[in-house]
Amino acid sequence: MTEIVFRLANGTEHRVQAQEGDTVMSAALKNGVPGIIAECGGSCSCATCHCYLPGDKINAFPAMESFEEEMLEGVASERLPTSRLSCQLNITPDHAGIVIDIPATQL
Amino acid sequence: MSNGTVIVGACQAGFQIAASLREKGYGERILLIGEESYAPYQRPPLSKAYMTGDPSIEKLLLRAPGFYEMNKIEFVSGERITEVDLRGGRVVSAGGTAFSFDHLALATGCAARKLPLPGGDLPGVMTLRDIPDALEMRERLHAAENVVVIGGGFIGLESAAVAAKLGKKAVVLEAMDRLLARVVAPPMSDFYAAAHARRGVTVVLNARIERIEGDANGVRGVRMQDGSLLPADLVVVGIGGVARTELAQQVGIECSNGILVDDRARTSIAEVVAAGDVATHRDLYGRATRLESVQNAIDQAKTAAASILGLEEHYTAVPWFWSDQADLKLQITGLSTGYDNFVVRGVPDSESFSLLYYAGDRLIAVDSVGKPADHLAARRILAAGVAVPKDVAADLAVPLKSLLG
Repeated sequence: MTEIVFRLANGTEHRVQAQEGDTVMSAALKNGVPGIIAECGGSCSCATCHCYLPGDKINAFPAMESFEEEMLEGVASERLPTSRLSCQLNITPDHAGIVIDIPATQL
Repeated sequence: MSNGTVIVGACQAGFQIAASLREKGYGERILLIGEESYAPYQRPPLSKAYMTGDPSIEKLLLRAPGFYEMNKIEFVSGERITEVDLRGGRVVSAGGTAFSFDHLALATGCAARKLPLPGGDLPGVMTLRDIPDALEMRERLHAAENVVVIGGGFIGLESAAVAAKLGKKAVVLEAMDRLLARVVAPPMSDFYAAAHARRGVTVVLNARIERIEGDANGVRGVRMQDGSLLPADLVVVGIGGVARTELAQQVGIECSNGILVDDRARTSIAEVVAAGDVATHRDLYGRATRLESVQNAIDQAKTAAASILGLEEHYTAVPWFWSDQADLKLQITGLSTGYDNFVVRGVPDSESFSLLYYAGDRLIAVDSVGKPADHLAARRILAAGVAVPKDVAADLAVPLKSLLG
């Protein structure tokens, strides 16, 4: 179990226990964190699981592939240098305590 | 009255009706009834990543078990509803259990069409629709040497790509003169035929099958009408789905290739809504359309939930869809049915291009392979009704997104 924190656009924080094999997306969905929609179920097809990593932790996950990079061009909220698609982020124990920001809208 | 809502079908649409009812403040009882033993799960991965990846079911589940309890959604598994008693306000399962309702939602989905040929029911001749199918197919696929896929549609091509990836000899038999003929234009069909060939899949068009050969021990091959025999120890049949309208028809709900619903997901009987693969609605262009997709299941289900609550919401979402075949991702938005011309954006053989469909000068759909930015921009363009001049469509130097202003 790895505890990670989701912070909604309104500032509300949700602490969740991610299990081995979880992505940031699946950890949010399973724990009822609002704001991560993930219509395609995590297959990098819909761009509705957009999240922001902490500015000092953009290298905490493996670098994105070009497909994700291009998907991010079409996200509904502002794309920032810290933007990722949460379905592509596999959680490991190294991520304990990381605070993931959820954008105001995904659609 | 507080029998609440009974949802028949614990699938993507059924799940979404339940979830949206609670999100929108519904305070009555919600009963979500499924005939399978699993909680609602994602079907798309079954023909894709699930075949080669982690076999655990958990990752397929739409929500963790705690979700249902937390939202007071009573999930009933393993009950196949066989009877609707509208006057009595109840449905009855094959096992004789009755469930009372004030509102009924039908999300009964599709059944895979069976192969109507001799030998179509031999062991090792399979359709793919649910987790038990996928578990059996995984096992047979790993043990197989020769895999024959009947039907060059999405499930067939996805399955063939998986077989080839596992090092099997994979052959796709398509009766028409091109792949994906019902859903894409010829350049896309040609692209997929070439792309699969590059990845070791043999694609046979205009295929004429005589019968499937084998015995009680399993399938041995596919006999073609020209007399040749294609060896096969697994035959995957992907020739479409049939809407499961039996319950609706039992009580006289209007059906035509599916349960007919209006743009508020209401059937011809007031207290009954329907959503997802089973429902036929009037699309953006007024045509009777039945869509088998996650997007349709989710958006139509949201509308159905609103109707149960007496809220007026209309289903106008722009359709979208995806297919993963080998390392290629196809993303489709809009409905291309009825196109009369198209523009190819980019070079198909580069495996990164889009195909824009027009009715006259009006853009109606966009298929993108390895071009996610085109796809996401196209979804917004279609929703906003923004015009896309054809010279711009063909010009890779102009991002489609820039047309959104």
